[in-house]
Amino acid sequence: MKPLTPRRVLAICGALLVLLFIVVVISLRMGAYPITVPEIVTTLFKRVAGRTDQIPSAFLLVVFGLRLPRIALGIIVGAALSTAGAGFQALLRNPLADPYVLGVSSGAALGAIMSLIFTPHVAGAIQIASFVGAGITIAIVFLLGRRGGQLDAATLLLAGIIMTSFLSAVIMFLMTTLSGRDLRGIAFWVMGDLQTPPVIGLKWLFLVLIIAAGCIYTTTSDLNLILTGEQEARHLGVNVRRVKLVVYVASSILTGLAVSVSGSIGYVGLLVPHVMRMLFGTDYRLLVPTSAIGGAILIVVADMLARTVLGTTEIPVGAMTALAGAPVFIYLMRRRVR
Amino acid sequence: MGASTPAEVEAAIRLRVEQVSYAYSVTDRSAPEFMLGPVSFEGGRHDLVAVLGPNASGKSTLLRLLAGIMKPLAGRVEVDGAEITSLDPKVRAQKVALVQQESQLLFPLRVWEFVLQGRYPYGRRLRFESEQDCVMATNALAQVGAASFRDYWMEELSGGQKQRVILARAMAQQPSLLLLDEPTQHLDIGGKIELLRRLRRLADENRHTVLVVTHELDLAAEFADQIVLLHKGKCLRTGTPAEVYDRALLEEIFEVPLEIEVRPNGRPRVSLRSNY
Repeated sequence: MKPLTPRRVLAICGALLVLLFIVVVISLRMGAYPITVPEIVTTLFKRVAGRTDQIPSAFLLVVFGLRLPRIALGIIVGAALSTAGAGFQALLRNPLADPYVLGVSSGAALGAIMSLIFTPHVAGAIQIASFVGAGITIAIVFLLGRRGGQLDAATLLLAGIIMTSFLSAVIMFLMTTLSGRDLRGIAFWVMGDLQTPPVIGLKWLFLVLIIAAGCIYTTTSDLNLILTGEQEARHLGVNVRRVKLVVYVASSILTGLAVSVSGSIGYVGLLVPHVMRMLFGTDYRLLVPTSAIGGAILIVVADMLARTVLGTTEIPVGAMTALAGAPVFIYLMRRRVR
Repeated sequence: MGASTPAEVEAAIRLRVEQVSYAYSVTDRSAPEFMLGPVSFEGGRHDLVAVLGPNASGKSTLLRLLAGIMKPLAGRVEVDGAEITSLDPKVRAQKVALVQQESQLLFPLRVWEFVLQGRYPYGRRLRFESEQDCVMATNALAQVGAASFRDYWMEELSGGQKQRVILARAMAQQPSLLLLDEPTQHLDIGGKIELLRRLRRLADENRHTVLVVTHELDLAAEFADQIVLLHKGKCLRTGTPAEVYDRALLEEIFEVPLEIEVRPNGRPRVSLRSNY
């Protein structure tokens, strides 16, 4: 008997953070302007130590002006999507749940587009609109996925797929008819990428991420029991309604946040929690933080590949994650059927 | 029980059910489809109570009322002197444990992880299990004779083993009242006897009341201290097996010809009449 200890959580998360740092440094190196790894590391440490004046101005521009903001955005988006994925999987008691698969990302994208059309100059409106879009979509999918009062795994996934294609069609329609406006390309909203820097400051995005993910983290003991059985969890004293509400709202916020700045990048919320489960077990107290960091690592790597695989031509990062995610999804579905 | 003074009698009572009733209806205004009650009985510490009745007699409804998941229409359910629906969910889970048919696990779980879940009501919001929780879980597993498969995966267990583990999780809650919903349903006859012997022993060893919902006449007669007989939502009789087991009454309720004889130990023995 080896129950999970806070020490083990911290040790594993620490190791993953080191891995994230390594990936970030490698990613900082990639690009047209040549800069070596030792140069990147010294630049980063000088900046942290407050000796910005000792950094060559070219490095300052390349590292902090161009490359790091995009990587930081990737970290935020990856962490948000993975945490939301882990949240939806517990909420719907379905290991195949993921913001993209369930159509929540498309709902958030539609919300964002609506906000760009109707309230183009209101700060933060796009984030709120994508959160509302995500929340409404998950509520619809949840209602459609019920059969005889019970959530049915297959029906739920079908509902998600139908919502995704319907919402994508609406997005296509809006984008084609409103082509004169600056709403970014269809590919951004359907596939997602990290090319465009967000209007809202990274600081704020990070703050919302920490709060929403923190809310989910406070429910992880309860989620462990809910995953064993909702009725049983209730008998063991879990306030199932409250926990579900917290996870539902927080996961929708995280999805809305990610989609509003990066479009709908798919399969991250499916892929990452599953890899973490295979590595570290199913305990949500460990799964939520490791998924957040793992999601950040995945997006940083995927974006690095998206930027470099085809030379100067960029592939949307969502295409990279879908290439990796779809096979994993099929594998998981086959394994469930067996 | 050797309690003598009124105060001691009072302290020995774990469960008190007073005139509890309930009604289901399709909508708020339509006439009730099903009514239960009023039901009254008491369960003392070390008691094994059997709620007995054929299908659709209201057993499960009564169980839900006792577990505090549903509020009775009238009357009250008290555990250790506290009205059960007024308790905070976690406090309630420290007093009442419910063993139901197992539900499908979504992700694999070790036996010890499953049993440790029974310690949840004793923790705070975001909790990590303490040394003491592990001791409790180990003891609970030992009490149900499941210590040897502590490190197994839940899905590796047989039906009977799994049920013992579910029972161990309930024991880890250290409840005053242990409720079991049709626990013998999926067991063979050997498993049934073993389980009831174990429940009998748990009731004797621990200071709690064990309440079993069942339709098995013979097993209830053999193991229960007290029987609550339900039929079509009405509580027909409560008392010791000898008091409740009336041939004409049981034949009418269960709709089979029965033979009932009283054995030397005072417990009735039930069998189907042979010319049936």
